[in-house]
Amino acid sequence: MNDVASVAIGALLAVPALSACGLALLSSYRLTSRINVVSAGATFACAIWLLFDRPAPGQYLFVDDLNIVFVVLSTFVGFTTSAFSASYIGHEIETGKLTPAYMRFYHAMYQSLMFAMNLGLLANNIGLMWVAIELATLTTVLMVGIYRTHEALEAAWKYFILGSVGIALALFGTILVYMSAEPVLGQGYDAMVWTSLMRQAADFSPRLLNVAFVFLMLGYGTKVGLAPMHAWLPDAHAEGPTPISAVLSGLLLNVALYAILRFKMLLAANAAAIAPGPLMVTLGLVSLIFAGFMLYRRDDIKRMFAYSSIEHMGIITFAFGMGGPLANFAGLLHMTMHSLTKSAIFFAVGHIAQVKGTQKIADIRGLTESHPMLGWGLVVGVMAIAGLPPLGIFMSEFLVVSSTFARQPLLAIPLVFGLLVAFGALLTRITGLAFGEPAGGAGKVEASFVPLFAHLSLVLAAGLYLPSHLVAWFQNVARLLG
Amino acid sequence: MGNLSFDIAHLFAGGLVLVSFMLLYQDRMSGLINIFTLHAVVLSLSVGWQAYTQRAWHLFVTAAIALIFKALIIPLSLRRIMVRLRIHRTVEIIGGVGVTMLVGIGLVALSMVVMLRATAAADPLAREDLAFALSVVLLGLLMMVTRRNAVSQVIGFMSLENGLILAAAGAKGMPLVVEISVAFSVLIAFIVIGVFLFRIRERFDTVDVHQLDQFRGEYR
Repeated sequence: MNDVASVAIGALLAVPALSACGLALLSSYRLTSRINVVSAGATFACAIWLLFDRPAPGQYLFVDDLNIVFVVLSTFVGFTTSAFSASYIGHEIETGKLTPAYMRFYHAMYQSLMFAMNLGLLANNIGLMWVAIELATLTTVLMVGIYRTHEALEAAWKYFILGSVGIALALFGTILVYMSAEPVLGQGYDAMVWTSLMRQAADFSPRLLNVAFVFLMLGYGTKVGLAPMHAWLPDAHAEGPTPISAVLSGLLLNVALYAILRFKMLLAANAAAIAPGPLMVTLGLVSLIFAGFMLYRRDDIKRMFAYSSIEHMGIITFAFGMGGPLANFAGLLHMTMHSLTKSAIFFAVGHIAQVKGTQKIADIRGLTESHPMLGWGLVVGVMAIAGLPPLGIFMSEFLVVSSTFARQPLLAIPLVFGLLVAFGALLTRITGLAFGEPAGGAGKVEASFVPLFAHLSLVLAAGLYLPSHLVAWFQNVARLLG
Repeated sequence: MGNLSFDIAHLFAGGLVLVSFMLLYQDRMSGLINIFTLHAVVLSLSVGWQAYTQRAWHLFVTAAIALIFKALIIPLSLRRIMVRLRIHRTVEIIGGVGVTMLVGIGLVALSMVVMLRATAAADPLAREDLAFALSVVLLGLLMMVTRRNAVSQVIGFMSLENGLILAAAGAKGMPLVVEISVAFSVLIAFIVIGVFLFRIRERFDTVDVHQLDQFRGEYR
């Protein structure tokens, strides 16, 4: 059976890579957007296959309990986003905001991004993982700037500068990890391969690992969007095409977080190294509280939800920083729920911005009356992201808070404070957006609601009942994370 | 012989730090590009020497990339951009030269302290290489912070990246160094030279990042 699994892991990379090349050559946007959906669907199918059947770890690629969670999640959201993207892009072409020539570029970049993220997640080699995350940064920078407006270029430029500096720091950390492993594992590939690194981590030089982790945390943390290094994130989300905002928030931030988690496990395996937890807890709390307050001052709807992503990445980083089976479980669950909810919100926001012709919160009112499907979709999404029961995020936030109360009651105070601040901001904004006298454009939406409601119903289902298989699976991963 | 090869490696790596300092105080665009060319040449010498002493022939590819791409193609294209965008005027340095240099010295001291302590067990050549590399990285960051002009920020980023390549070449037997340097070159070539500067020029007739800094999406 291993052969089939090896084919699946290869296809997970080859399908997006080949479709990226193919899509760059085709010019009909109707055809290319369909091919985009089909190949994203095929990638998701390969990921599902790997869930049941895994190949033996190789020198470059491997599948284990941890990264399969990320792979399945990101290929799923990549698939639904491509479906959303097809209807979104049709509108952009009709209104002339994008020309068909740009569509080739856009779809090729979309698939390259999928390729880069899958490669980053599956890489069994710290150098390869770095190259993949760099490639993902490159493709998203190009897509953020695709509208070529003043603001889009500013956003892309900021993202490029901050993203590359982050990536550069992460590379320095990667080199340091290699140098700490080299005396133990010898020169060559072994000292960069995750599976052998994890086996021998206890013998590495702890001082070098400590310095390395600081660089890795700051470097990949920039890509996660943690607070002091977050400046690129709101601009990139607000100015790029909305499908890209959805994959940025739903996927790319997770991939960077995955890198941090891997290195955290490496440090945890070395008794003499610093505990990485406190650093992550601090950065997480700072992001949470900072973003919570920033939510109040937004006047752009996509920018507001970008800050909400910073807030949630803060919560997730906090949970993983706390560590232990329960907090890790909560962090994993929260990450999954956040990806699903936030991309659903961006699906709704994308169509809303298209019918209203604006992203300004002040100009959008009474959505539930003018566009009931979109309006209520947004309301449910915001309720979910604010952490109201019975939706999935309530459950994961509840788990984060309760596990913190049990172990470090003092840390729970700023955590709950940050959650409440963000909650208030989101609720005041959503009442204005969704209810009252309708304002702004009242045109008909040609939206496909399937991706939006698929995500929301998954989030609702998770809030009501988690299948025991899923719980067992996540618990297993949580134990692995230590 | 062992001592001599150590000294030569030391000379090149230390030279790279010195050239980084020269980048810090350059206030004219053409001077900046010239010094960056020198930076790339010193890097390729340093990497080439590492390749020779470590008998790691793949590193010669990295050295060649540094020489051809960074010391030849990039400076030529930057020069073209400079002429086409008419930015050969003096570029200002935020905070003044003196303060910047002092901060730079502080950063070098910091990286020496951190790296030499953290790598006490490693062999002396790798240790010092790493300390120099971190200095170059930090000086590159400092340069990016103190410049407003997009082209000089890019030069700052490239000098930072040179520091990383130095570190990667100094780590004995590290695989994927060539791939990493190619990935970096792609990053730089693709974005900086091609798409970005072209677009920024097309839309605004300026590459001063400061002037891009208008829209923040806040209530005012």
